[in-house]
Amino acid sequence: MSRPSAVGLAAGTEPLPDFPQLRQCPYQPPPGYRDLREAEGPVVRARLYDGRPTWVVLGHAVARELLIDPRLSSDWSRPDFPSPSPRRKAIQKATILVGMDPPEHSAYRRKLISAFSVRRTRELSESIHRRAGELVDTMLEQGPPAEILSGLALPLSSHTICGILGVPYEDHGYFEEQSALLVSPQVTEDDATGALMNLRTYLTGLVERKEKESEPGDGLLDTLVHRDLAEGSLSRDDVIRLGIILLMAGHETTASMITLSTFTLLQNPRQLAAFRADPAGAGLAVEELLRYLSIGDVAMRIAAEDITVGDVAIRAGDSVMLSTAEINRDAEVFDDADDLDLARGARNHFAFGYGVHQCIGQNLARAEMESALTLLFSRIPGLRLAVPAEQVEIKPAQSGVQGIYELPVAW
Amino acid sequence: MSPVQVIADTDRCIGAGQCVLTAGHLFDQDEDGIVQLLTGAVDTEGDVALARQAEHLCPAAALKIQPVAGYVAGNDATQGQRGA
Ligand code: HEM
Ligand code: SF4
Repeated sequence: MSRPSAVGLAAGTEPLPDFPQLRQCPYQPPPGYRDLREAEGPVVRARLYDGRPTWVVLGHAVARELLIDPRLSSDWSRPDFPSPSPRRKAIQKATILVGMDPPEHSAYRRKLISAFSVRRTRELSESIHRRAGELVDTMLEQGPPAEILSGLALPLSSHTICGILGVPYEDHGYFEEQSALLVSPQVTEDDATGALMNLRTYLTGLVERKEKESEPGDGLLDTLVHRDLAEGSLSRDDVIRLGIILLMAGHETTASMITLSTFTLLQNPRQLAAFRADPAGAGLAVEELLRYLSIGDVAMRIAAEDITVGDVAIRAGDSVMLSTAEINRDAEVFDDADDLDLARGARNHFAFGYGVHQCIGQNLARAEMESALTLLFSRIPGLRLAVPAEQVEIKPAQSGVQGIYELPVAW
Repeated sequence: MSPVQVIADTDRCIGAGQCVLTAGHLFDQDEDGIVQLLTGAVDTEGDVALARQAEHLCPAAALKIQPVAGYVAGNDATQGQRGA
């Protein structure tokens, strides 16, 4: 039973602030979130682009409680599932895994996790490190100038996903080119949609080819085809959709983290000097960059049942959005939360989410960031921005992955 | 420091590997990526702290730290210590 004093989502007719809001600085959460939290507490009300009111969670303790609460649903197939933008609404048609609740979610997730275990990631990290080195060397040969997103971040992220899925080496070029189109700033919505269709067609062909192979390779698609498809626990369409969802979830996120981390370090010379001076601390540095930048800013949920948190009464059917960026700056959990402190060593951030959907690719993402950043800054000691920092363009509030479009550099 | 026992609910585990990253000598992932305990009781101060950190970080609430049997401290399943 909720207390009578509890505030409901539809209470009052006063105008509500927008959610999501635009970052004013690429590496700081929108200042409006802090104002709201200071004025109203860790759970506030706001309005989505389509006029729908939503709860917005801004505090760490409440977020932790809610993200493991089974009454909060990720079921994108519900017609009333909320969305922070029209583009996300379109993506939400691809419901597999990330848009499912347990037990359906668990059944799919269990088929994937062995490919992402800490041990398997360590095996893949060698190849990630080698590829990052090649990309940095190519930048050095061809530049200056260079551009971090297209020259390093996107190709590295695509290489990693190829490795996970088991895309044959000779197809990496095509896969990389098409997946870059999904994210590139110069590309129209139509071109991006075309690229996604091309990738789906490619993956369909690849799955068919793998079905005919008598000696399966060691990629995730090989396992899914020869274990799950063969025994009938997954359909061919499931396998393809899982391949696509890994690409959609892992590509832009990691690329954006590498690009934005590079910018952030260049803008914080003292931290950059510390980063260069201590290669052994790179793992900690990556963890802090994840917390500080929180580019996967907004976990979307819907209340499947009534939930009372503090004096807030969330009703079944209410939209609940969690701003991981603001949550990761909670002063009750992180000392001097707004300072970038590469030696901080705090892993209890929600940059990868929390609860059963916590990022399955997180250890790969860490490996990619660590290789890209250490090699970039050690092999190019004079690295600097090639444009004034104010000209670096921030992605709009409603893009699901926060960050910057591109990062021209010189040395 | 009284010894504690780590209990892993393998049905809840979602294989994010946070526990392995926290303490690779206490936790592992099996062939399927599911948590595997490498030790029964944990008794040094450092390891108890690491086990508690893993419990706190586990995104699926799959780990529980309990006093070793014989120590029993009631049925309050010691939850919610903050600020790992
Ligand atoms: C730094 C880079 C990355 C960030 C910041 C990130 C962030 C996130 C977040 C916040 C979630 C939780 C979404 C939710 O709770 O609704 C998530 C889930 C997911 N991520 Fe990542 N991610 C990254 C890299 C990757 C990579 C490299 C892959 C795969 C190759 C990947 C695959 C996935 C998948 C499949 C899910 C859904 C898991 C599930 O629903 O069980 N991510 N990610
Ligand atoms: S941290 Fe939790 S969910 Fe992740 S592997 Fe360990 S027990 Fe499983």
